[in-house]
Amino acid sequence: MSKKTILLIFLMVTSFIVFGCGKAKKNITLAGSTAFQPFAEKLADQYMQTKNDITITVQGGGSAVGIQAALSGSADIGMADLVELPSEAKELVATVVARDGIAIVVHPQNTAAELTTQQIRDIFNGNITNWKELGGADAPITVVSREAGSGTRSSFEEIVDSVRLRKDALIQDSNGTIRETVANDPNAIGYLSHGLINEKIKALKVDGQVSSEESIIAGKYKLVRPIFLLVKGNPAGDIKEFLDYILSAEGQQTIKENGLLPAKS
Amino acid sequence: MKLIGEKGVHRILMGIAFSAISALLLITLFIISEGLPFIFEYGLTDFLFSSEWIPAEKKFGIFPMIAASLWVTFGAMILGAPLGVAVALFLSEYVPRSVMRIIKPTIELLAAIPSVVYGFIGVMVLAPIIRNYLGGPGLSLLAGSVILGIMILPTVISISIDSILAVPQSFREGSLALGATTWQTIHMVTIKAAKSGIIASIILGLGRAIGETMAVIMVAGNSVNIPGSALDSVRTLTANIALEMSYATGLHRQALFATGVILFIGIIILNSIASVALRKRAVR
Amino acid sequence: MRIHPRLFQRGAVALLSGATLITLVILIFIIVFILRKGLPVVTLDFLTRDPESMGREGGIFPTLIGTIILPLLALIIATPLGVFTSVYLSEYTRETKFTRIIRFGTDCLAGIPSIIFGLFGYIFFVLTLEMGWSIMSGGLTLAVMVLPTIIRTSEEAIRAVPKTYREVSFSLGASSWQTVKNVILPNALPGIVTGVMLSIGRCIGETAAVIFTAGSSLRLPATAFDSVRTMAVHFYILAREGISQENAYGTAAALIIAVLAINLIAYWLMNRIIARRG
Repeated sequence: MSKKTILLIFLMVTSFIVFGCGKAKKNITLAGSTAFQPFAEKLADQYMQTKNDITITVQGGGSAVGIQAALSGSADIGMADLVELPSEAKELVATVVARDGIAIVVHPQNTAAELTTQQIRDIFNGNITNWKELGGADAPITVVSREAGSGTRSSFEEIVDSVRLRKDALIQDSNGTIRETVANDPNAIGYLSHGLINEKIKALKVDGQVSSEESIIAGKYKLVRPIFLLVKGNPAGDIKEFLDYILSAEGQQTIKENGLLPAKS
Repeated sequence: MKLIGEKGVHRILMGIAFSAISALLLITLFIISEGLPFIFEYGLTDFLFSSEWIPAEKKFGIFPMIAASLWVTFGAMILGAPLGVAVALFLSEYVPRSVMRIIKPTIELLAAIPSVVYGFIGVMVLAPIIRNYLGGPGLSLLAGSVILGIMILPTVISISIDSILAVPQSFREGSLALGATTWQTIHMVTIKAAKSGIIASIILGLGRAIGETMAVIMVAGNSVNIPGSALDSVRTLTANIALEMSYATGLHRQALFATGVILFIGIIILNSIASVALRKRAVR
Repeated sequence: MRIHPRLFQRGAVALLSGATLITLVILIFIIVFILRKGLPVVTLDFLTRDPESMGREGGIFPTLIGTIILPLLALIIATPLGVFTSVYLSEYTRETKFTRIIRFGTDCLAGIPSIIFGLFGYIFFVLTLEMGWSIMSGGLTLAVMVLPTIIRTSEEAIRAVPKTYREVSFSLGASSWQTVKNVILPNALPGIVTGVMLSIGRCIGETAAVIFTAGSSLRLPATAFDSVRTMAVHFYILAREGISQENAYGTAAALIIAVLAINLIAYWLMNRIIARRG
């Protein structure tokens, strides 16, 4: 093959890449909460099936990323699962699209079945360090937490209050990873979005309340936070249409089916 | 090419070189300009030696991370370097050249396996073993060191083999003629002659270990904690940057760039030592 | 008690061969561990289907595209830039303090942890230049990451070309550029190819820098400003979040095979080039 042919192919491939291989669709990018990410992706999939001219991309990163991405414009919609939005989010328009319980989870083989809020506080602060202090086996408690920018973590620490995470707590960077870590370690305890519970882990009762839909709706289970979708300026056009879809009966049904709570109840 | 002429080509090449160097300069300056002011504002000693990393309270002490990076790298060196040099010696001195020529590229191939795969194996295989037999959460300094030690093996082995093979055969022949055994020849003659190359390979391996991010995030636990034992969970400098960079703003973000500057300086020091060692080899 | 040298020798051999055995066992274990569970998953179907429900089912086709496009873009930018820069530095300039500083700087940049390039790429390309999480951001970041390595390995390769070759070329009346084009570059090609292959491997395996610049979208990218996920990122997410063990292994297996294949091709290419040179 002559050098000229190679060069030509090179150039063709380059322009192919740069200028795209399909007609460019309109794009909406969501970024932020890893707790809501799987749901956002599912909703996006369903929405795109009815609308062919729009592409919706979902990135993760945590609630703090969601707020910043919405502020800086790198995402059209920021996802944040916080009990209360911080001051820098004031200039964003927030829409509640779901509510989510935070479950305290342990390994399925762990004999513990319930904890009080004070016990949870003590465990995460490092005041209680062994399962036997709670009536379980003689084994050190491995505390697993999210990174500082996580909405789940901020919400957890705000609701439980006075939590100063023990220095040697393991840090993982998404709800899913916490689930995996707890599922693999019989002595671990962590917190994650109620919507992510599966058979690999066991959710504990908190103050006698199960982290179920009923107790959350009844207001009995306290570890709950709303899921906000944040937009810079008033939502308009495609963004508004997608938000409307999420808030519609169909969108809320999807949210309910997959483990979150609807925005209103 | 006739259309452009020699002078033209010269100018085009100069332009290209200029662009490339400017791009690299841009990055260096970008990182320094974001990180250095922070160091001056916050204070170098507080930054390097304080153990409190609490961005929400504007506390940015990276001492636990520096300790973690140093310990993990040190551990990797203790595990990987002797093993690597031993393998290099075995493959160059005791094994037929043809066999070595198959094994060496195979080992080099392993350097190409993505670090996330190593990290995954660390989580699935190594951490449970550590947790069940040695205690602690399993995700630990030890796990990090072992995985990194394995990751630097190909580098150490490959470059060490090159250095050992570069030792003139006459050295070995002279030693054997004097009645030394193969092993005596190796440790009294060959290793000494190949020493600077072997050291360079270890330093390059260290460079890779310090810079590793993904594998460490997966197996080391990521606690901001000065390790008290090898079974403690730790967070390295690189892991810290990766975990926090997506949402860090303002002073917090600058602190991460400053961490980058520290890593930069570390690499420069390592590189200088390595190039001195390599130059010594060339002089021979 | 003095140990007889021959006994020492045997002990040493035992130690060294033991070390080699341990090392080979570890390395083989790693490959077998992944391929054993992963290879069965890698079917043509797996490679060509789109993922469903975030990767729980379905294939990995978009990530395959991502894994090809990002390194490709990075190398299209970095290779000419890097090779011609080292050509300029070694053939068209004199050895001055300036060039020595450049060389030292390039060496250091080649050793900088990739996360720092990721940090730079995120702040500069994604945020400041407002390219967002995209192929462009990712490709440019990777390009900048491998540029120092390509400059450095190209320079080594060019310097390795014997001076006499140049002298002969000049004495025949060739200009600098003709010498470079017809004598130096062809002879330096094996070394340059090594550098490029090393960089491809690095780009394919890179995860941290890619997530923060190219994002992690599972959709097939339509333009260069769309986000894309590479196989390494996909594996990381699947494995970490426990989405699908099976597919994680499959992705890892595909990844390993791809990387091994590239390295083998590189070896083969290199040997052919060297053989042709005679």
